[in-house]
Amino acid sequence: MAAVGTLAKVARLSSSLCRSHRLIFNRSSQRRGIASCIDPAHGLSDEQREFQKVAFDFAANEMAPYMAEWDHKEIFPVETMRKAAQLGFGGIYVQPEVGGSGLSRLDTSVIFEALSTGCVSTTAYISIHNMCAWMIDTFGNTEQREKYCPDLCSMEKFASYCLTEPGSGSDAASLLTTAQLKGDHYILNGSKAFISGGGDTDVYVVMCRTGGKGAKGISCLVVEKGTPGLSFGKKEKKVGWNSQPTRAVIFEDCAVPVANRLGEEGQGFTIAMKGLNGGRINIASCSLGAAHACVQLARDHLLVRKQFGETLSNNQYLQFRLAEMATKLVASRLLVREAATALQENRPDAVSLCSMAKLFVTDECFNICNQALQMHGGYGYLKDYAVQQFVRDIRVHQILEGTNEVMRMIISRSLLTES
Amino acid sequence: MSGRVLVGVKRVIDYAVKIRVKPDHSGVVTDGVKHSMNPFCEIAVEEAVKLKEKKLIKEVVAVSCGPQQVQETIRTALAMGADRGIHVEVSGKDYDNMGPLQVSKIMAALAKKEEAQLVILGKQAIDDDCNQTGQMTAALLDWPQGTFASEVTLEGDKVKVVREIDGGLETIKINTPAVVTADLRLNTPRYATLPNIMKAKKKKIANVKPADLGVDMASRVEVLRVDEPPQRQAGMKVETVEDLVGKLKEAGRI
Repeated sequence: MAAVGTLAKVARLSSSLCRSHRLIFNRSSQRRGIASCIDPAHGLSDEQREFQKVAFDFAANEMAPYMAEWDHKEIFPVETMRKAAQLGFGGIYVQPEVGGSGLSRLDTSVIFEALSTGCVSTTAYISIHNMCAWMIDTFGNTEQREKYCPDLCSMEKFASYCLTEPGSGSDAASLLTTAQLKGDHYILNGSKAFISGGGDTDVYVVMCRTGGKGAKGISCLVVEKGTPGLSFGKKEKKVGWNSQPTRAVIFEDCAVPVANRLGEEGQGFTIAMKGLNGGRINIASCSLGAAHACVQLARDHLLVRKQFGETLSNNQYLQFRLAEMATKLVASRLLVREAATALQENRPDAVSLCSMAKLFVTDECFNICNQALQMHGGYGYLKDYAVQQFVRDIRVHQILEGTNEVMRMIISRSLLTES
Repeated sequence: MSGRVLVGVKRVIDYAVKIRVKPDHSGVVTDGVKHSMNPFCEIAVEEAVKLKEKKLIKEVVAVSCGPQQVQETIRTALAMGADRGIHVEVSGKDYDNMGPLQVSKIMAALAKKEEAQLVILGKQAIDDDCNQTGQMTAALLDWPQGTFASEVTLEGDKVKVVREIDGGLETIKINTPAVVTADLRLNTPRYATLPNIMKAKKKKIANVKPADLGVDMASRVEVLRVDEPPQRQAGMKVETVEDLVGKLKEAGRI
């Protein structure tokens, strides 16, 4: 098949949503889950396998070829994310009547795991965006849902989750951004730190203090970009997650209509935490995808690289290491999927399971990716090879959406406060 | 015209899988191996769905022949926009020996039964590379055929097909009903969307047996042995052009 024909095709493609013919002849797209003991399709229903297939195809065609460039040039891939939204990835667990796909937490985990094999950073942002859309869908009134959700689900507009501040990370309930009621507006003063998408997104879901100290004084407001008094800090320079901008979000006498408050005054912290339960599953799922891709990359490298007269795959230490990586990957996957099911069914152990999943999976998957880098030897350290980007991108999953230390707090509290 | 298009879809080993020959050399390993829809069949489905979206035809029916697993492939076609499916149940020895002759007999019978205006197939399957089913189906039906299509345009009761041939592009106009086979550059298949995948669950897949269509599945071909391609031999370097020509003559190449 002439490459020329394919190139001519590419020009016609840009407006319509479809795949590149390149894939038919590009056998290096090994990150697709091919049948083996670590196949992520095991245990899924036919329908879930279909979702997974679309996500894998999208990741292989629309994301993987660009992930290095997006990282290097710090590009926020708006068009690609909008293409993803056209497939239904903009509001995966948002209700269909406001434009979402109405799928389960498990379906969502499967999808993010697959997308992550194409680019962790972009998938992680998409998951944050989904979390915000869900918060508005679940806690918003009819007007708010109809105003924001359709545009968020189509990614006509992008969202950011604003909880962390320079002075309050793990101790989130001690946040200082105030929202003083004046007539039919809240006047916001304060700043948020490390906000994913900050400055480039349109809709900010902001946790702020409307009442007294502690969690009970916090409310949740939706602030739109362009509101006077809303400004942004400089774009942070990060080790990974470079396909999404991270900035401080600054409020200076920023007036936000009371109509933009999600739920009641004092309900904000609960809304934030409920959003994070799902967010933790999503972030863990992103780590899973990276680890899956890295196990395949490591395996492929071991089969090719020769030292001491034979391929590395004949070295028992490396064989055993690979086996351990695969085992931890499958164990991680099972835990995330169980946590997703528990959250979907509103089980009493859901919050703890989500924390356990986030803790275990982000740690284990980072180790898997790191080991995979080691197996590549010197090549693993070069940016020409994808494994280093997976390592850099998922390192932060052990920190955000609640540090793994905070996950331990949640789990131990659940154990020690039982009677 | 009925406005109905029949699209054949084949379940094949995924293009990215490394193929392994069975130890008894009777075929390739398929157990536990990832399968998906033949890429040219995806292009065929996409073309049919596009015709429906342009309101040039009314219904797209996806057909697949094989055991229970081919229903996955039909569901993928439904998720891309086909309206309903037909699963022609073929299993065991019949399935192992099934080739273009049997499939084309089935497609011909279904095309008549469904009063299809068009039958669109992939030009060939990536497992056997036969490139025969479309042509045989047209012959059995005594319908015109537009094969290796890189462009299909419906014009009243005729179809204009631009074909990719060795010499370049050939444009033909054929009467409907007709058989068209899809080549690589006909279109680029869409991703199924999440809502369409869910809608596909509710679409109907009818079950039919070859006997119901009066088709004899007996194969006229017997596979004797399947082997891997020979290992690539090392080449050799030569100093001059004369050496090169000499060596090529020795090897009987020129």
